[in-house]
Amino acid sequence: MLTDYLPLVVIIVFSVILAFLVVALGHLFGPKRPSEKKSMPYESGMVPYGPGQRRMTVRYYLIAVLFILFDIEVVFFLPWAVAFRDLGLPGFLLMVAFVVVLEVAHLYAWKKGALEWE
Amino acid sequence: MIIVFFVLAFVAVGCAISMLITRNAIYSALFLVLNFATVAILYLILGAPFIALSQITVYAGSVIVLFLFVVMLLGAERLPGGEPLRWQRFIAMALGLVLAVNLGLAITQQAGDLGMLAAPEKGFGAPVEVGRVLFSQYVLPVQIVAFILLVAVVGAVVLSRSEEISHRRELYRKPEAKE
Repeated sequence: MLTDYLPLVVIIVFSVILAFLVVALGHLFGPKRPSEKKSMPYESGMVPYGPGQRRMTVRYYLIAVLFILFDIEVVFFLPWAVAFRDLGLPGFLLMVAFVVVLEVAHLYAWKKGALEWE
Repeated sequence: MIIVFFVLAFVAVGCAISMLITRNAIYSALFLVLNFATVAILYLILGAPFIALSQITVYAGSVIVLFLFVVMLLGAERLPGGEPLRWQRFIAMALGLVLAVNLGLAITQQAGDLGMLAAPEKGFGAPVEVGRVLFSQYVLPVQIVAFILLVAVVGAVVLSRSEEISHRRELYRKPEAKE
């Protein structure tokens, strides 16, 4: 039964090997001219300042929560979509009801300005 | 199959224990990712591919992102040691023992000899099957899920409303400036 997932295992193993290989090749053949600027912690090309671990604004949290909630919505889409032909019109209407409720949530978040960053 | 199970169980339990005893909360979250991944493979063994991959995408993916945000939000990467409650450790040990005895009794006495469980038939737990059952037999729970998600969105928006936050920031401007 698990052998059904052999392609998945192959992909995972292959991608891990490839990732290591690419880094190793770059390490082996790339030029190495270290300088003080280059060995600074990377911060999008800017000069880093302050401690590495900073407290973040709560807006990230809101975005993450909204992402998870609509992610769960999508999880329900997938089994519905693959069984769509069997379910017929009732299945379609049920999904419309499901989406309408979540669209209310979406509109609420939108109108409250939760999707804006300022 | 049984070897795979025991290896996964070992990794899962090890990750769970490491998650609990690590002092750095970020490492705890990362151990939790590994735990979720191993549990997902256990679901695969049980013949539930849809649940397994939902576990990966929803739990190991987005829930962990949320946890990391919360950890960074609070600046709680390194919590000081020490026990918040005095008798916590003893009570926890006693309750853990009770749970272990309970589970042991349930497995040895009540379940009896289950023998080898029959493998589920081909296609069991596949997304098509899940969808067919969800939208015919379990219509009401699915609709309730929609309302729960709606309530969660409202709660998240209310709790972290931006005008509220800027208001609070003004109240606490002094301690913020100290940082």
